[in-house]
Amino acid sequence: MPSITLAQGLNEALRYCMQRDDRVVVMGEDVGRAGGVFRVTDKLQQEFGEQRVIDTPLAESGIVGTGIGLAIYGFKPVCEMQFDGFTYPAFEQIISHLAKYRSRTMGKLPLSVVVRIPYGGGIGAVEHHSESLEAYFTHTAGLKVVTPSTPSDAFALLVEAIEDPDPVIFLEPKRRYWIREDVELPVVSNGDRRKARIVHEGTDVTILTYGPSVRTVEDAVAEATKDGVSCEVIDLRWLNPLDIETIMASVKKTGRAVVVTEASVTGSFSAELAARISEDDFLSLNAPVIRVGGYDIPYPPAKVEDLYLPDLDRVLDAVDKVLNY
Amino acid sequence: MKGYVDPSTVSTESVQVLKPDGTLVPDHGFDLDLKEEDLREIYRVMILTRKVDQESTNLQRQGELGVYTPALGQEGAQVGAAYALEPQDWIFPSYRELGFAMLRGVQPSHILHLFRGTWHGGLYDYREHRLAPYSVPIATQALHAVGFATGAKIDGANTVVIACFGDGATSEGDFHEACNFAGVWKAPVVFYCQNNGYAISVPLSKQTAAPTIAVKALGYGFPGVRVDGNDVLGCYVVTREALRRARRGEGPTLIEAVTYRRGPHSTADDATRYRTDEELKHWEALDPIARFETYLEAEGVLTAEFKDQCDSEGRDAATKLRQEIVGAGPLDPALIFEHVYTERSPILQQEFEEFMEDQEGR
Repeated sequence: MPSITLAQGLNEALRYCMQRDDRVVVMGEDVGRAGGVFRVTDKLQQEFGEQRVIDTPLAESGIVGTGIGLAIYGFKPVCEMQFDGFTYPAFEQIISHLAKYRSRTMGKLPLSVVVRIPYGGGIGAVEHHSESLEAYFTHTAGLKVVTPSTPSDAFALLVEAIEDPDPVIFLEPKRRYWIREDVELPVVSNGDRRKARIVHEGTDVTILTYGPSVRTVEDAVAEATKDGVSCEVIDLRWLNPLDIETIMASVKKTGRAVVVTEASVTGSFSAELAARISEDDFLSLNAPVIRVGGYDIPYPPAKVEDLYLPDLDRVLDAVDKVLNY
Repeated sequence: MKGYVDPSTVSTESVQVLKPDGTLVPDHGFDLDLKEEDLREIYRVMILTRKVDQESTNLQRQGELGVYTPALGQEGAQVGAAYALEPQDWIFPSYRELGFAMLRGVQPSHILHLFRGTWHGGLYDYREHRLAPYSVPIATQALHAVGFATGAKIDGANTVVIACFGDGATSEGDFHEACNFAGVWKAPVVFYCQNNGYAISVPLSKQTAAPTIAVKALGYGFPGVRVDGNDVLGCYVVTREALRRARRGEGPTLIEAVTYRRGPHSTADDATRYRTDEELKHWEALDPIARFETYLEAEGVLTAEFKDQCDSEGRDAATKLRQEIVGAGPLDPALIFEHVYTERSPILQQEFEEFMEDQEGR
């Protein structure tokens, strides 16, 4: 079985979709000749031509706005934002149009558009290249939001996102672009990846996480297991639609929940998870839901980003806290 | 001097075919290919637009619409451009494009339900009329127009797109991005700016230091043209030429139709705070319908009978509009949950069920 990186999984997913559906087009800054700054669109322009793999002018609102026009016409654009922190110029198009067009037109003009965004920190980048912006999108009705954590999920979830009739924000954990997995492609997803993935079964505490933090949590759980703590780790995959069923079944079993994200915690998606768990099944909880995330500060300079990002120790501390509450 | 460009050298004159007195400009330089029935059709739609527009303002004043954005004074700019379009061409409108909608045969109430608060996108069929939903955030629709036009180009379709917006929109980043993308991609699109003098209260002089809006096209590598926006024939010919150019694969054109919004920005606005009676009177004298009427009468194209027919059609449309608006209740409230996604998520489904239970409990 070939070993592929997460970035290769994404690249193969794009190729797979473009081969199967000639309405799929890829557009963004440097996606053509350069193959994307993370090589996610590598060699696609050579294979599919300049009309289907479009090097756009450098303007994010333009990329999403013209993507919307292409979708109204009947194409299925996959728009790339080069980095998380450069997505903000496209916000008006995403929030005011991409998310609302289907509703505004009573379903007459649905927009099947994917916006791919590399997100999160940990790669030693300069300012504006390390942000976690999932809460902006999960807060916006009309958008779906998904983030893979493994190469096989990268392939399968991107195919699902492109085939989805609704607009999807596809968040790529940039510091995990180079992690490897033995994968036989194409990964056939029969809808099972719409469900959250139970990464590790356990009985003492549920740890909810997604994207780049999954690997961090896996490392922490390996340590906790040595200490005799049984952790159940859930990789959410889709933040919207959220697989609340899997989450609640696990929390009912363990009675304890920890949420681990890179995003700062105030007003975050982890806040949403904590609120929902306590609303849905307060009596199953033996301890409050504890969140481990970034601090409520701008993403720090690279030399100190390791102090900001949740690490093994902070995850283990949170596990201790809910166990000893 | 070598290497310099100078805005003071830019022409601020406008194309004009029909003078304010209703006579043709001698040697206007355009092929006037409109037959008598075309001229009558343009006139009919202008009258229809004015009557429906006036009734819409009335309906708002009587509390039947939440707000309305009148097109009074801009009928020539809108109907002239719209008449140049081929049936397959698409229109991406702002929120003040009644003339375009009337030419495309949209049922007035289907637009006005947007302003009544029945449904955000109105109730018309966008594909049937090749008229995208009214766009409220300024200039955003220009990008959709460029994307749509690019799709048509990739497909080899004989479709051109017209993007409509006002003078204020030219200050927005999306206007710049739309022009820039369209220029680079040679998109079959016409940027149609109705420069009506004001963005709510802010006059053009505070909007841009450029000598004209049309000149901005040069920065994107395509031609621009300024036209008398109250000259319906001028608006028709410059739009026709821009459409032909786009259809030949030569890319976009920016048209600046210089007109005047004689009503308020919206019915929520008090225009007396920022403009004078004299100014309004000046523009009333330049009314696009009166000018066209004078011309048509002199040409013998407009009989008293046809005028009456147009007037009564306009009145009937206004009456029908009133009937369809007044007393129209809300749509089924369940619809607000219906079209957010293709399928409701478990969480949204739960909210929906709670909402419906609340409705039944009322």
